Order: sequence, then C-alpha cells, then structure tokens
Amino acid sequence: MTRVYVAGVGMTKIGRHFDKGFLDLAAEAAFKAIDDAGGVEPEAVVVTNMMSSRLNEQDSLGAYIAAGLGLRHRPAFKVEAACGSGGAGVFNAYTMVRSGLFDAVLVVGVEKMTDYPTSTVTAALAQAADAEYELYYGASFTGLNALMMRYYMEKYGVSRDEMSEWPVMMHSNAVSNPYAQFRRKITKEDVAKSQVVADPIRLLDSSPIGDGSAAVLLVSEELAKKLPNKPEVYIAGAWMAVDTVELSNRDALDEIPAARIAAEKAYKMAGLGPRDIDVIEIHDAFTINGVMLLEELGFAPRGEAAKLLNEGRFHPGDKPTANPSGGLKARGHPVGTTGVYQVAEITMQLRGDFPGLRVDGAEAGLTTSMGGDGSSLTVHVLRHI
Amino acid sequence: MPLNISPARIWRERTYRYRLVAKRCKKCGRIIYPPRPACPACGSRELEDIELPRTGVVETYTIIYTVMDGFRDKAPLPIAIVRLDNGAKVLAPLTDIDPEEIRTGMRVEAVLRRIKRDGEHGLIAYGVAFRPALYEQRKQ
Repeated sequence: MTRVYVAGVGMTKIGRHFDKGFLDLAAEAAFKAIDDAGGVEPEAVVVTNMMSSRLNEQDSLGAYIAAGLGLRHRPAFKVEAACGSGGAGVFNAYTMVRSGLFDAVLVVGVEKMTDYPTSTVTAALAQAADAEYELYYGASFTGLNALMMRYYMEKYGVSRDEMSEWPVMMHSNAVSNPYAQFRRKITKEDVAKSQVVADPIRLLDSSPIGDGSAAVLLVSEELAKKLPNKPEVYIAGAWMAVDTVELSNRDALDEIPAARIAAEKAYKMAGLGPRDIDVIEIHDAFTINGVMLLEELGFAPRGEAAKLLNEGRFHPGDKPTANPSGGLKARGHPVGTTGVYQVAEITMQLRGDFPGLRVDGAEAGLTTSMGGDGSSLTVHVLRHI
Repeated sequence: MPLNISPARIWRERTYRYRLVAKRCKKCGRIIYPPRPACPACGSRELEDIELPRTGVVETYTIIYTVMDGFRDKAPLPIAIVRLDNGAKVLAPLTDIDPEEIRTGMRVEAVLRRIKRDGEHGLIAYGVAFRPALYEQRKQ
C-alpha cells in the first residue's frame, strides 16, 4: 500500500483572462506543477472541468488537454461532478496512484467562464441541478441554494447579519492572495445592501464567475523517495460520496449527508479528527454552503456555525482557520477547477510557502469540494510528513 | 436558457409531472418524487406508482430575481419546496400570489400552469404550480 504524495502544485490567478484560451490557462498551471515537482513526467492526466461541452464547445477533453501539453500516448480523461469536479478529479488520481498502477498522475482543472454573458453562464451552471424537475421550472442554481439558506436561517434562528460574517471574512482573507479574483475587503453593510439574486441570497453571498486553472501532481511513495525535491505533503485520507441531485428527494434541507460521510471516511483513513485539523479550504459557492459544511465536517454543532463565526471562530489565528485563500467567494470559483485549487493551497499551507494568508506551523489540512447543492462531495485530508 | 424543448421529452414525463404521480418504496415506504428507478433510502427496486395529495404547506421558498433565459416574463419567480399532506416533498413554482405575501408554513394547493414557452417555435411547457389553498378555505 503506497502513500500518495503531492509532489507539485500550480495555479493561475482567477479572473477575466480575455487574452488566454482554454489551453493557455491549463498549460500555465500544469507546467508550474510539473516544474514544482522537479520535472516529473506524468504517466496519466486527469482533467477536471464542468462546462467545456456547453460553453467552450469542446469535448474529448482528456486528449485535448494532455496532448496539448505535450503529454500524448498515455491515459487521459475528464472527470465531471459539476462544481465538485476538481475534488472528484483529485480523488480519482489518488485512487490511480494508490492502486499501484501509476507512479505519477497529473490533475489539471481548467474552466473558461468569461467568454459569454452572465445569462448563458448561469444557464450552464444550472445544469448541476435536475434538468426535468428543477431546471424545468426555472429553479436556478442560486435559487436552489436559496431554498436551503432560508430553511436553515428560519430553523436555527440565524440572522442576515450573522450569515454575512462569512463573506466578510472571505474577502478579508483574500486580500493578500495573489491568485484571488477579489482582493478587497467588504463590510456586513455591503452584503446587506447588495442586489438580491434569489432571496435570501444576495450578490455578495455568491461566488463570482471567473477563468482559472490549477494543477497538482500526485506521485507514489516509491517515486517520491527518488525525487531530488522530496515531497513534504501527502494525502492521508480521501473519500467521495454522492446524494440525490434533486433537493426534494433528500432526507433534510439543512443537512449535507454526503459531506459527513466523505469526511468521516477521510478522517478515519488519516487517523485524525476535526480537532487535529489546522487549516481548511471548503466549498462556499454561496454563504450557506460554507456555514453548513463547517457543521457537517465536525467543526461546529448543527445550527451554530454562523454564531461561532461571529464569536471569532475559524478566523485567522484560530484552529482550524477556514479558507485562508478567500474561498470560492473571494479567491474565486472557476467551477470545475476549484477542488484542485483547494488541494494546491492546502499543500502550500503545509509546506509553508502559500503566498497569501499563511497558517503558521500547520501540520494537517482538509479540503471539501462540492458539486450541485450537496450532491457530489469529496473530502481530502492532507498531512505534512 | 435558450429554450429548445423536445416534445418527446415532455411527453415521457407527462404522468409524473402533470398528475403528480410519485413512486412509493414497497420495502421502506419512502415516497420518491421525482420518481427514480430505485429507492434513494434503501436501494429497493420494488416501487409502485402513487398519486400524491394536491395540498400541503410551504416548507421553504425563494424568490428568484436573476432568472434564467426563458423565464424573463416570470420574474420575480417564486419557487418553493412544498411538503404535501402525506409528507412527500415537491419542488414547484408558487403562483397567483404576491411574492411579499409568501410565508413558510402557508397552506397551498396544486394547479396546472404554463411554465414556459419555447422562444423559437412557441411550444408551451406545462407543469404543476402551487397557489394559496383557496379551494380548501372555501370548503371550511
């Protein structure tokens, strides 16, 4: 049984890259990751992406990206799990290396969202939901998350003001992250005054549309031993779980059981619990996602995450520190890549070379990538050697 | 979203969509809507069709202001999860109500409504929406 190391990471800044195409972005992140690992040649490539088919009119994505990067004549494919594609792809690569069949697998997340108007992108994003029984009725993706947000706030008596602490903290964390889309602070008043997208979700509860690419190179323990730059971080636990895409068939609107199940398994594999985790990068496409995930991952009792957040928990300096990158809200969310950004960021946090807000002395970190409004969840637990 | 309605696709779902027919798991009793080939709770494939009750309460709701293409004339669009009288949950638009008057817990009843039109060919897609429970109130 081999340990799976993160030998290299690479990211592009998230934003409107009018001058860069799909391959340009992928190449920037992938070559950085390969160089970071000291030039290891990947034996296989996993591409993570959600919307290339709809927005870029490009399928055959595994071949397109791998061959474009000069990595022909080897396995390559796309992993898609809507906004959770990134985490699902890293998990896939992890199983490939862990199986013993591969010694080096490159994961490249790439998403190009800004070439089209918002209404087109919104319609593409809505495909994360059930086409026949949600999309059909005009339930946008924001709308579905808004259903969960209202239910949660009413059930646990959480105020608008308390929820706003999440995006305020995300924007504050992102200020020093050179890869982040938004590097400016906001206030609770800004959130309260921002446009209503789908009540109660406001614009400043929502992650932005942006282009980006992130890559990680996973290697086996055997290969890691031979590398000149010895990898310092390994994936100690990883698991994925799914739930019904359609909200109406879920057990409850204030729960994301797939996150709980994936986390329990990943913690067990790592021999760690929530108390051992120093830093987390979790999915917050909308404020409600970040708050609910803190609870499902074991960092807060149900219904209390927002209150704890307002008491200073999960802020820089606390254990765990939540989303020092700025999260999906402020670092950005090029949907199918975000789970790869998270693993790259936690790897750098544990190595001590993350270029933004740093969690000093972090030994263990966790990522959570979510597809849909809770239908595809992947959790990774990473440790420093 | 640029509408491109497939008549065959809509026809296939006619019973489940227009008559609110769900599946009930013969093993664990779970009601499944929209219907699925196996029970999400216990995995059983032994399911039977049941017609859902037409009344229930608003479990939670949203009012969508940034609507997708095809729903411009419906904005602001209220969408709810309705908990029907037998406990089944259904996602559907709310209709015949001022968005400001919508409340969690209000009683609603199912009606057939036009959901959207295909922009190019004018094909109309219907579906169930929920309105305040007028009929029920009249009976009392």
